[in-house]
Amino acid sequence: MYLNWLPENISTYGGEIDSLFRLIYAITLAWFIVTVGALLSFVWLFRRRDGKRAAYITGDKLSQAAWLLIPAALVLVLDLWIDFRGGDAWAKVKLHVPPSEIQVKVTGKQFNWEILYPGPDGRFGTADDLQIDNELHVPVNKAVGVALRSKDVIHSLFLPNLRLQQNAVPGREFHAWFQATRTGVFEIPCAELCGFGHSGMVGHLTVHTAEEYDNWVKEQWPSPKGEAIPR
Amino acid sequence: MSNPPRVAPSPSPVAQASHGERGFWRTFIFSTDHKTIAKQYLSLGIFMAFVGGYLAYVMRWQLAFPDTSIPGFGFVGPETYNAIVTNHGTIMVFFVAMPILLGSFGNFLIPLMIGARDMAFPRLNMLSFWILAVSALIILTTFFIPGGAASAGWTGYAPLSARAEYTGVNWGINLWLLAHALEFASFLMGGVNFLTTAITMRAPGMTFFRLPLVIWQLLTASVIFLLSVGPLIAAAVMLLMDRLLETSFFVPEGGGDPMLWEHLFWFFGHPEVYVILLPGLGAALEVLAVFSRKPIFGYRWIIYSTITTGVLSMIVWAHHMFVSGMDPRLVMPFSISTILISVPIALIIFSMILTLWKGSIRLTTPMLWALGFIVMFILGGLTGIVLGSAPANIQVHGTYFVVAHFHTVLLSVVIFGGFTGLYFWFPKMFGRMMNEPLGKLHFLLTLIFFNLTFFPMHAVGLAGMPRRIANPLQYEFLTAAQPLNVQITISAIGLIIAQLPFLINFAWSIVAGKKAEPNPWEAATLEWTAPSPPPHDNWGETIPTVYRGPYEYSPPGVREDYLPQDRALTARSAQEKR
Repeated sequence: MYLNWLPENISTYGGEIDSLFRLIYAITLAWFIVTVGALLSFVWLFRRRDGKRAAYITGDKLSQAAWLLIPAALVLVLDLWIDFRGGDAWAKVKLHVPPSEIQVKVTGKQFNWEILYPGPDGRFGTADDLQIDNELHVPVNKAVGVALRSKDVIHSLFLPNLRLQQNAVPGREFHAWFQATRTGVFEIPCAELCGFGHSGMVGHLTVHTAEEYDNWVKEQWPSPKGEAIPR
Repeated sequence: MSNPPRVAPSPSPVAQASHGERGFWRTFIFSTDHKTIAKQYLSLGIFMAFVGGYLAYVMRWQLAFPDTSIPGFGFVGPETYNAIVTNHGTIMVFFVAMPILLGSFGNFLIPLMIGARDMAFPRLNMLSFWILAVSALIILTTFFIPGGAASAGWTGYAPLSARAEYTGVNWGINLWLLAHALEFASFLMGGVNFLTTAITMRAPGMTFFRLPLVIWQLLTASVIFLLSVGPLIAAAVMLLMDRLLETSFFVPEGGGDPMLWEHLFWFFGHPEVYVILLPGLGAALEVLAVFSRKPIFGYRWIIYSTITTGVLSMIVWAHHMFVSGMDPRLVMPFSISTILISVPIALIIFSMILTLWKGSIRLTTPMLWALGFIVMFILGGLTGIVLGSAPANIQVHGTYFVVAHFHTVLLSVVIFGGFTGLYFWFPKMFGRMMNEPLGKLHFLLTLIFFNLTFFPMHAVGLAGMPRRIANPLQYEFLTAAQPLNVQITISAIGLIIAQLPFLINFAWSIVAGKKAEPNPWEAATLEWTAPSPPPHDNWGETIPTVYRGPYEYSPPGVREDYLPQDRALTARSAQEKR
């Protein structure tokens, strides 16, 4: 199926989006077949024949116009179906945001993603904040909150595998979130033209298992007590 | 000059003007004849299509075989690539689609189809074209100035476009903005002219509900253009001030807002899509009626749907901004209005298909293009549902899925709709027929390569390839899609080569085509009652009087299978008819 081109979904809400894709795909494919099928068969059936005159049908009468209005009403119903399903999915992705268990700040700048971790104390603006360019490390199955900014022009944080895309706009801060369901390393392209280095502006998301993540944290914030782990 | 003032305006300017011989310059260059101006728009559009097509070729080559030397261009670096992406978009939308579909068709068809001798303001009409020509010249110049051409995308999002240091392009973007302002001014004047002409200069008997649908659609296009372009002209001036005077309308330092530009751009940018679509749709409708020998099914419903589409097109713009960071609660209303626009558009498509029902269908070249238009337009319209649905949009926003969608839907209009009109009205424009077999070959090749080019782009987009990247090999996750990129590039070159039969046909037919009768297609609308090509004042002594609607094909009780709009029946039967 054509939708197999979608990259593997690894987020909790990606399934909502993918099922919407499947619904729209089914509906639009059916309409394409019906309308183009009708068109081609009419062209064949009513091709010019000698001595055969076309019928004079204006479609003005309501009984004739019903052939327009009823299919159009059906389109309306299907539209609303897609809208309602879309509304639910949108609410789940964008409006009902769970409290984040991990917080990071991501700042786009020509041509890197600056990723700021709050460190073991879980708070930004303290001495243990750590900035790593282009490397986003998160544990699997935890809700991650991303505060997204830009230093210069508009960038777009795009994580195809997470079904997450959000512009970063200078002068504003937007909040995005995700919860990854699978470990691995995934690319983070910039999806909004941001200058000559736009092509190749790419970061990496590393989704760790819980233990791996703890190890990664210990590497980044080596402390004598060895117990400081961000909640 | 010595004429006493009259109460009613007379067609005298044209009639007087056509008396004496006019020199080369006034006949071919600074002409006020709407038909000559239409040909000028057409020539400009075709010429700019070559420029835009060449840029597309460079882009596609770079995407398939990154950082290799491109035959006929050389190496393209990322800065140049951005400039090419930007200007390909700008040129194709503003200097190809608009001049051909609105400028050329509008100018040629409105007076001829409503029964007027010229536009209401012929000199303003000439000015509109020449301002557009200057604007096109400015765009072309920017390729040769220091710093290069504009490279902030055809959407020119601020702050990238607002400060020279972000792109390294200084006068390229300044002039790009100036060219936009001029182009908008040109089409503003054109739109005023279209509306005034169609409202005030219709022939006797030509009521609004006897106007051909393409006229309704050109007028609707003009209205939505007039209503939407003002904010963008203001925005373009504000952006120019941001660049030249360091104001901060669209940059956050100093309190500006980059998202304001996005809103202003798309408040115009989306209606603009329908400005281009409607004339193409209209051309296909005219051709469908003529070559099915049937009235258009549900004439009035199409008019109502056209107006509804125009109204809805003004309230969908933020669907280009679902991931921009706009308030998430506002997204669904825009998503719903976007998807609802499919209802009037679908109704028009249904009536096109039903027009074929029980027709007597002749598969001439214009008819093939019209049918091709419908099929490709359905495909492009349906993929628009994916993009209009906000949650699905998150995934495909800014990817090649968008590129695939708008090329399918817009090129179905510009290529298929445009050639529908061109092949159909060519005999009236140039007084000669085009070659049918060459036209059909052109159609077949274009249809094949069009789909081989743009259909696989949907897959590349679903795979996540962002637009406007210069080198897909920089991304591991795009490895699987790269063979498709190569295939798309080869097909795109094929699509460009497929236009050769047209060029040969076009050039040869103008010079040596078979002389055209006044009404070679046996069509019922008014332009076919004038000679081919029509003289400066279109009808000579008397303008036609209109007795009926535009699509009286195969009416009962008439020997021929069509009734021209201007043919008077006997008093009694005329009364019966309408």
